[in-house]
Amino acid sequence: MNHSLTILTLVPLVGGIIVAGLGAGRNNLVRGLSLFFSLIGLTGALCLWTHFNGTSGELQFQEKFPWAPHLGVDYFLGLDGLGLLMVMLTAMVTPLAILVSWSMNDRAHIYHALILWLQAGLFGTFTALNFFHWFMFWELGLIPAFFLIKLWGGPKRGPAATQFFIYTMVGSVALLLSFLAIWLATKTATEPGCFDFITLAGMAKSGLLTTKLQTAFFGCKNIGLIIFFGAFLGFAVKVPVVPFHTWLPAAYSEAPSAVTMLLTGVMSKMGVYGFLRILLPIFPEQIRHVLTPLLWLAVATIVLSACAAFAQRDLKRMIAYSSVNHLGYCLLAMFAAVGAATGVKDAAIQKAAALDGVMLQMFNHGLTASALFLFVALLEKRSGGLRGLEDFGGIRKVAPVFTGLMGIAIFSSLGLPGLNGFVGEFLVFKGVFPLAPWAAAIATIGLLVTAIFLLTLIQRVFCGPLNARWAQLPDLTTAERFLVLPSIILMFVLGVWPQLILGTIDATVVKLVEKITF
Amino acid sequence: MLAWTIYISFLGVLVLMLLPRDAARAARIVALFTAVLGCGLALVGAVQLAQQGNVGEAATIVKTAWIPALGATYYLAADGISLVLVVLTGLAAIAGILFSWNVEKRTKEFFAFYLALIGGVYGVFLSFDVLLLFVFYELTIIPKYFLIARWGSTRKEYGAMKLALYSFVGSHLVLIGLIAAWVVARGQLGHASLDLVELSKVAFPASFQHWVFPLVFIGFGILAGIWPFHTWAPTGHVAAPTAGSMLLAGVVMKLGAYGCLRVAMVMFPEGAHEWQWAIAALAVTGIIYGAGVALVQRDFKFVIGYSSVSHMGFVLLGLATLNTIGLDGAVLQMFSHGIIAGLLFAVVGRMVYDRTHTRDFNDLEKMNLGKLLPFAGVTFTIAGVASMGLPGFSGFVAEFQVLIGAWQVFPKMTMLAGVGIVVGVAYTLRALQKAFYSDTPPVAPDGHDHHDDHPLEPISTPERVGAVMLIAASLVIGLFPTLLMDWIEPCFKSALFARLLNGGGQ
Amino acid sequence: MNSTDYLQMLRLAAPETIVTVTMLLVLSADLTVLRGKSIAARFHCGALLSVLGCASAAMFAFTRHEQVDLLNGILLVDPRTDFVKVAILALTIFTILISTSGKFTDHVGEYLSLILLGTIGLMFLVSAGDLLMIFVSLELASLALYILTAFNKRNEHSSEAALKYFLFGGMSAAFLLFGFSLLYGLSGSTNLTDIARSLAGKGLDPLLMVALVMTVIGFGFKVAAVPFHLWAPDAYEGAPTPSAAFIGAGSKVASFFILAKILAVGFAGTEGSAVAHGYIAGWTPVVAVIAALSMVLGNLTAIVQSSVKRLLAYSAIAHAGYMLLGVLSNTDASRSAMMFYVITYGVTVIGAFGVVTVVEEATGGDALKNFAGLSRRAPLLSLCLLVFLLSLGGIPPLAGFIGKFFLFSATVAADGNNLGLLWLVILAIAMSAVSFYYYLLVLKQAYVEDAPEGVPAIRVPVVTTLALVLLAALVVLFGCAPSLLTQFLV
Repeated sequence: MNHSLTILTLVPLVGGIIVAGLGAGRNNLVRGLSLFFSLIGLTGALCLWTHFNGTSGELQFQEKFPWAPHLGVDYFLGLDGLGLLMVMLTAMVTPLAILVSWSMNDRAHIYHALILWLQAGLFGTFTALNFFHWFMFWELGLIPAFFLIKLWGGPKRGPAATQFFIYTMVGSVALLLSFLAIWLATKTATEPGCFDFITLAGMAKSGLLTTKLQTAFFGCKNIGLIIFFGAFLGFAVKVPVVPFHTWLPAAYSEAPSAVTMLLTGVMSKMGVYGFLRILLPIFPEQIRHVLTPLLWLAVATIVLSACAAFAQRDLKRMIAYSSVNHLGYCLLAMFAAVGAATGVKDAAIQKAAALDGVMLQMFNHGLTASALFLFVALLEKRSGGLRGLEDFGGIRKVAPVFTGLMGIAIFSSLGLPGLNGFVGEFLVFKGVFPLAPWAAAIATIGLLVTAIFLLTLIQRVFCGPLNARWAQLPDLTTAERFLVLPSIILMFVLGVWPQLILGTIDATVVKLVEKITF
Repeated sequence: MLAWTIYISFLGVLVLMLLPRDAARAARIVALFTAVLGCGLALVGAVQLAQQGNVGEAATIVKTAWIPALGATYYLAADGISLVLVVLTGLAAIAGILFSWNVEKRTKEFFAFYLALIGGVYGVFLSFDVLLLFVFYELTIIPKYFLIARWGSTRKEYGAMKLALYSFVGSHLVLIGLIAAWVVARGQLGHASLDLVELSKVAFPASFQHWVFPLVFIGFGILAGIWPFHTWAPTGHVAAPTAGSMLLAGVVMKLGAYGCLRVAMVMFPEGAHEWQWAIAALAVTGIIYGAGVALVQRDFKFVIGYSSVSHMGFVLLGLATLNTIGLDGAVLQMFSHGIIAGLLFAVVGRMVYDRTHTRDFNDLEKMNLGKLLPFAGVTFTIAGVASMGLPGFSGFVAEFQVLIGAWQVFPKMTMLAGVGIVVGVAYTLRALQKAFYSDTPPVAPDGHDHHDDHPLEPISTPERVGAVMLIAASLVIGLFPTLLMDWIEPCFKSALFARLLNGGGQ
Repeated sequence: MNSTDYLQMLRLAAPETIVTVTMLLVLSADLTVLRGKSIAARFHCGALLSVLGCASAAMFAFTRHEQVDLLNGILLVDPRTDFVKVAILALTIFTILISTSGKFTDHVGEYLSLILLGTIGLMFLVSAGDLLMIFVSLELASLALYILTAFNKRNEHSSEAALKYFLFGGMSAAFLLFGFSLLYGLSGSTNLTDIARSLAGKGLDPLLMVALVMTVIGFGFKVAAVPFHLWAPDAYEGAPTPSAAFIGAGSKVASFFILAKILAVGFAGTEGSAVAHGYIAGWTPVVAVIAALSMVLGNLTAIVQSSVKRLLAYSAIAHAGYMLLGVLSNTDASRSAMMFYVITYGVTVIGAFGVVTVVEEATGGDALKNFAGLSRRAPLLSLCLLVFLLSLGGIPPLAGFIGKFFLFSATVAADGNNLGLLWLVILAIAMSAVSFYYYLLVLKQAYVEDAPEGVPAIRVPVVTTLALVLLAALVVLFGCAPSLLTQFLV
């Protein structure tokens, strides 16, 4: 059995322990080691990418053996296109985050250990296929994030961290309870219950799961819906879906920049991943049942967050809300794809397009948003902590390279064709228009508002008369240029040649569509 | 080999008593050596026994005649449940000594009482003769009393006396039941017997079990912290020195639960079925009450003390389910909570209180302990999430099984128990926030930052070793629950528990 | 009676004879050879002689295995009675050992001989099967005890205690005699078995009831059962501590043995029943009431005592209650359990009083606060105290616990499967739980409290140390391996 996935997850875990054990006062060693471990993760992800068979929709690099048989728990890891994409994203963003935190000296050993553990948790979440271990990794992602915000964040970090913790915890508990209920329902007198995502998806497709749930819970007709809602809550908080998003602006703006990069770049994708991996295959019936309200939620997420972003004065908060907006498109596409789609010709193709769009959007947004936050961090460092929209003006005159590169990232976020942001959004709309036209129509408002505020950002910060305060603002140093360059290059590459990713995930998407179509 | 865990502990007591009066260092080393040896024997013996044969059946270690007139035998045996708890005792013993490394006052007496307590606990878990079990059970009361009364803190004499008296009363309730059962069994068997295996086969009349079962169960339950007889626990835990609290909450409360299972439920299965609902109700009340009261405490240690009551409620709930999965969960929770409670008390008592000399949240908030004692903060965080029942730690598997088992029998009470878990998250978070990671900037009353006036001493090596050991134990069992489940599960398929699990009738 | 009969009588009464000779030897030695020596030397020599004498008497009694009834109940010789005599002699030896360091009197020889005299009385008591013999030996023992109580001439509490003891004793002796005469009148004989035979089938005569009550009063006083206990606290507190030990130990052993015999043999047929919901008039319910009262009052009053000797006195009352359970259960098992209990209790209580003696000498009083910090001042002594008090409290694996277990299980088993006497046992166990509290209070002083500033360590005399350690070892031994003792008591 190929143990590459286990090793992939263990490396940052062990790395974190080693780094934490180094203690205070050896910051250079700490940083170096932490970067080293994250780069191993990157190398590993790249190896996996190259060895991945993109034409097959099957799970690859599988590891499966019994773990606690009487509890129905197997140690089950596997990678398909979706997982691979997410692993790749994590592997890319983490080293960036570490590099951004290079000058951080306060308890660096714990800081970097927490980041590494966060990475381990993320790797684990994206590769685990049995709820027992999956949930452990899910929580492993939560706790370091809480501490990262709480201990190294901005002035209002306390309440932000607490809010973050409570929301995510409540969601996690709801998720846990739902799965315990499923376990209970799938338990027979001789066999323990089922925690395996693949098996449960199979059961859901044949309608067996709903029957079992109803039997276990006193014939309650709506039990499937209740369980679905619990699981939904867990992921809805993570994405986040309006109205469960109120933790996000505070957390994103108070967290240190590297952490925000990770939060927006990867952790929010955990939510979407959860939808794709768990909710869609296991609860398609329930989603279909409440499709319209869900679509409304998606639309609300898109439009309301865009409007909120427009109203922001703090750059970080603006981009934070913009993140919510971008992920809203993913939600829209996912829900539309599950819909019954009667009377739509080539429904399967449309659905595939939509889901392709979702995955692309996940990756691209991860890339773009972390780049944007990185730029804001650089700006903040130069301005001594200021990051208000009105604080700047005419930056392009003193820092043209900075303006150019950040401009690319902004336009990518806007969805300019030629950059990576466009492809994802295009595919989403392409898929959703036939499947749920009205939703797609309203969602375009979001596109419009996004364009408005992003352009406003460019105008206020970069163009216009030079604010005398920043006359001496230094441009990007060489090191910083090398730091942002990979992301920028990728933005171009993926904008022009999305096949790089699509080729790998296509087969997975097709299989997913199969699962949710009945 | 397992019997030597008992003998070694008492030998340790003897050696300690012979040491000269002020030989603190020697005392610590002797104590640690004894505990490590005991734990080693426990682990090796347990693994050996488990591999030899069916771990579900009790394997005899020693069986010789003791008091023929009473039918009492010196009968030591172990099945899977005993093995799990013996291993727990071994680990907790070592951890307790490591966290008491700084005891300076009359060190050798402290460790003498400590080892005597450990020896007694080993004895209880290995006894299969009811009188022998009772002897070891009562034996533990005296060292407990002295440990708290002499080396404790808040209201130590009151706490110690309350604990001793409650324990004593509880064990005397058991004594009444035992004597009555002995007489009736003698009538049925034709000869006097105190052998647990023999007594488990005696069909006590239903009317007899109707009053004897609650008597014996409550008698043991008092030590397990059953609501409403739990009031000794928070007071006692707070009054006790760190190692005392660790052992009390970690191991001694499990003595009570073990007695409930091994004696009350095995000997009087019909009674257990009759009183099932009442026990579950008390257990759930304990869960919620303990959690709720923990939420509003000002004293850090009281939070942990009440949380122990809450967690033991889970054990009792698991016992009340009378189905395999619930009972599995109850035993696993005994192990899990033993480790976790030890860890929590270690942080509160040794790492925090011994340095700050205060346990009041209002004072701790201002001390910025998260920065000054990062190791303590991290340890408490890990212990806290383990205590909450986070998957990955032993508590999750245990509470999961208890809840599943309970759902099958008392769905509504299970939901209430779930509320208890949620409150558990709340009080843990509150304690974590207030003690370590509060947002209040550290300002002393006169406005100056007094940090560097009295720097807190760093966390010592014994503390680190102890903390890592306990965390590792909880993690290992959380990640690989089969290690212990393979020992626990077969027991409930054995003849000893057959009547209990088959609905009581035969 | 001819000379062979006298010789036979002497042979059968050899233990008693040996002790008598010893007594005379001690007395004369003290008056002659040891005159002018220091008190300590006199005590030690006298003790040595007494111990040797008692030991040889005990050897004699232990090794003979005869079954003789001399003169129709005047002197009963059987293995069990012999063993009880051995026990009494052993307790006497220990009492003498702990008294060797006493400074309360100059009259060493007289003191020791009185102890021996009391022992003789007790020995004759246990082997009596005839009412007159019982009374006479009882009086012999009691008189010795009264004087022993008064022996501390320098302390007025001693005289007060002795006077109280004597007055109560005299009155109860009168009651006893009255009861015995009624018994004689009703049955026409003073031999216990004959009495039983002639009263058999006659049911509970009112006069018989009166005789019964009188007898119980008489012995109730002797064992300090409620409500005849009022002398006990003062006597225990005022008397020189070794005397108190003797009252609490040896005298109890003998009294209970003979009380059980009188009631079981002499009053056989009039037991009645004390089971719950099954009351039948007889001596069992009477004893049950007394037992219950003793257990409750003894334990509850002990809680508030500040003097350790008074505490031990009230605890003695409570323990008398437990022992009476053994009497009233009226089975062989319960009686042997009772004897086990009483003998181990005797061992324990001598030890406890021994410790109190030392503490009293060193600190000048026996209040609870005098025991503060004892574990630092005299570690070995404290350890012995720990053993003794925990045994009294009923903590395993000490003799007190096993004794209680034997006693309680035999009491419950006495009513077969009906568990009729369970109510008494529940009361006993409840009160036993209460007793743990006050024993713990003393131990708290010794182990938890700090000694007052600047006080030196306590020097314990060698003989006393040896005796206490031996006693403690016996308590532990009998607790862990009770068969060592019970094999002789069946």
